[in-house]
Amino acid sequence: MTIPRYLAHRALLGVVQVLVVMAGMFFLTEALPGDAAVTIAGDNPDPAMIADLRERLGLNESSWHRLGDWLVAALHGDFGQSLLAPRSVVDIVASAAEPTLLLAGLTLVLLIPLSVGLGVLAAHREGSRLDRLISGTTLGLYSAPEFAMGILIVTVFAVKLGWFPPTAVGTSLTDNPAVLVLPVFVLLLRPICSLSRLVRAGMIDAQQSDYVRHVLRLGLSPARVRFTHSLPNAVAPAAQQLARTVDWLVGGVIVIEAIFVVPGLGTTLAAAVAARDLPVIQGLAVVFATTTVLVNLVADIAARVLAPTAEVGR
Amino acid sequence: MPYRPTSSALSRRGFLSIATAGTAALWLPGCAGESAAPTGGQPRSGGRLRAAFSGGGAAEVLDPHQTNLYVEIARAKAMFDKLAEYGSDMSPQPRLAERWEPSADLQTWRITLRKATFHNGQPVRPADVLASFARIVEPASTRRAKSALSVIDLANSRTIDDRTIEFRLKRPYGEFPNALATLGAYIIPAGTPNLDRPVGSGPFKFGSFEPGRGFRATRNPDYWDGPPHLDELEIVISNDEAARVNALLGRQVEYAHDLTPTSARTHESSGQLKIHRLPLSNFHGLAMKIDRPPFNQPELRQALFHLVDREELIRSVLHGSGQLGNDLYGKNYKYYAGDLAQRGPDLDKARSLLKKAGAEGATIDFDTSDASTGLKEAALAISDQARKAGLNLNVKLGNKDTYWADISKKGVLASYRSGAMPLESHISQRLLTTSTTNNTQWRRPDFDKLYYEAQSTTNEAERADRYLKMQEQLFNEGGFLWWGISDWIVASAPSVQGIDDRAPANTLDWARFDRVWLA
Repeated sequence: MTIPRYLAHRALLGVVQVLVVMAGMFFLTEALPGDAAVTIAGDNPDPAMIADLRERLGLNESSWHRLGDWLVAALHGDFGQSLLAPRSVVDIVASAAEPTLLLAGLTLVLLIPLSVGLGVLAAHREGSRLDRLISGTTLGLYSAPEFAMGILIVTVFAVKLGWFPPTAVGTSLTDNPAVLVLPVFVLLLRPICSLSRLVRAGMIDAQQSDYVRHVLRLGLSPARVRFTHSLPNAVAPAAQQLARTVDWLVGGVIVIEAIFVVPGLGTTLAAAVAARDLPVIQGLAVVFATTTVLVNLVADIAARVLAPTAEVGR
Repeated sequence: MPYRPTSSALSRRGFLSIATAGTAALWLPGCAGESAAPTGGQPRSGGRLRAAFSGGGAAEVLDPHQTNLYVEIARAKAMFDKLAEYGSDMSPQPRLAERWEPSADLQTWRITLRKATFHNGQPVRPADVLASFARIVEPASTRRAKSALSVIDLANSRTIDDRTIEFRLKRPYGEFPNALATLGAYIIPAGTPNLDRPVGSGPFKFGSFEPGRGFRATRNPDYWDGPPHLDELEIVISNDEAARVNALLGRQVEYAHDLTPTSARTHESSGQLKIHRLPLSNFHGLAMKIDRPPFNQPELRQALFHLVDREELIRSVLHGSGQLGNDLYGKNYKYYAGDLAQRGPDLDKARSLLKKAGAEGATIDFDTSDASTGLKEAALAISDQARKAGLNLNVKLGNKDTYWADISKKGVLASYRSGAMPLESHISQRLLTTSTTNNTQWRRPDFDKLYYEAQSTTNEAERADRYLKMQEQLFNEGGFLWWGISDWIVASAPSVQGIDDRAPANTLDWARFDRVWLA
């Protein structure tokens, strides 16, 4: 399959995937007990008020009707209003996306060179004490969930030592970049481990492969072989893992958002689900599904380019 | 309201408890005007206070008539005033209303306004009050103060002069000032087109607002109740309790609202923070539905009254940060029946009552959820206690987002909580035949009659007598069992002075940042 044909095929599939995810989110939210009127009423569930709210929010319409209306409007670029706040869904999603994208972007910029470097280094010194140290540390860190690491790191570096601000409360991430240090550090820990281990394994496989032995016999320098022949092959499987990491980061890592008080996409989704605010949930579903489709597409293309022999994509 | 927080990260504790909870001032004789200032000497002017609250995300609003969350109330009370606010004993204290005078039949109330101005320089006039109340009760409005204020016959209420209003009520209502202090009954200027840049008469003027993130306001030097000490107030949002504490420890904020007893204990002795335990803030109890089996038998309700070990619940569920309840709502509030003997566990009596009710060894479903802190822990502890008397309470964990609506219709026994409100509001919202959230299904004409008598008399002793009679009925065979009242825990930096440690959450002196200063 040629690349343009492949792209068209994948784009079409992507649209279908986004629609399926959206409908899935819609009906799963509908399957939750209660609706926005009930959650708005909270601990004062006056039946007359709930009925009024339902009427006002249009919740008396059937699910199919509401999903259909939403779809038609969305195709015209109108993602609607939150059921709870006098704000548009686009506005809510955009303001939550900003801190999430900033954190995700910064994390990725640091993640890729660090994890590739560590993986290459460990593979180069395979079996050495350095390799064992890197492998042992990365395995250990990988096993620690980020909420535990987050709390530990805030306690040590912010509260006890006072080196960095403990939270991003009351400031914007761009005005005060110091608040980014600890969350980015915590976000990096696990992906660095998984990616560097993949790169290490890929490098070792590649270094032992027939083609590498062949080019070495041809007289190319070992460093050149390592970086121009082994590395691309080693990075190809890591690209898939990187795609999953991007997905994870853009989805808003909710525990990190909570610990460091970053009002991002994860927090917004949790709140919207709790409040049964369907338009906002739908808007977020589009963002998440589109991201997943796109990053996987990019990863597959990257893998094809890096290692044309590998079986990737469909 | 909105997102009314709610994932585990956004705990529902952020929610204000109940409709008509109010706001208050303990004007104890001798401290008139000045709130409790523990130490710190003379108030000092200047500076900025940053306060961290749990919030409601993107769905937070500035509209003072839509307040639901604690943070929304804190913002509203910084910028706006009501005619009255609840004092620390839940009795209404005059605010924008300088005084009120009822007619002999308690159906017409004349209110004299204080000389106050809005932030735009306009005086607060009767027309603003009437317009604010009209906005709250307009058809299809779901504003919380609507039910309390709908007692006013607005069409027949009128302006007498520049500072006097005459309210005509639909029925005699001796405690009408309670309605003026009700949650969300703030006064906004008449003809306010939108509330994006609110103009109020409160101690702080609007600066900026980002839903779910932050709010800034500056000192109103012309505030009628004396200008605030602070130059600037900033309210920031952190839904995670540990993050609020960390922000306080890291000097990112000077005030953190709503801490757990565990955090309070951890940091109390360190000297890095000051812990304030606001008493009588949060009532914990059970609701038994008395209109259906098995709790239609008074003996079974009384058996529960005698098998619950309240002291143990305070120790375990409230981590010791609270007070013992005596099954009645509103401990130490105005008209509370404090002379009734304190109940304690009496398993023999409980067993004999269970036998009388034919419920020995019976199994009864007990609804609870994570909708509010302690609901689930209390249900589990009470079910252990009941087992000792030979009663099986089968704890069922419901959905936290819809819990309050679920238990209002279904089930027989539920874990329950309430914020602070006057006894009158508790009764009118939950215990009259016409009450909209009558969770115990307590509907008794003789009880209703006592309530209406209490509201139809100008004789204070007579009213107190009716309250006592109502509470005796509830004490002996009511469906509520209020076993404890937890403190509301707030922490501040050591430099913060002027926080009133006696004001229950959501009363006038709670979150009263105009009285706070930085030493």
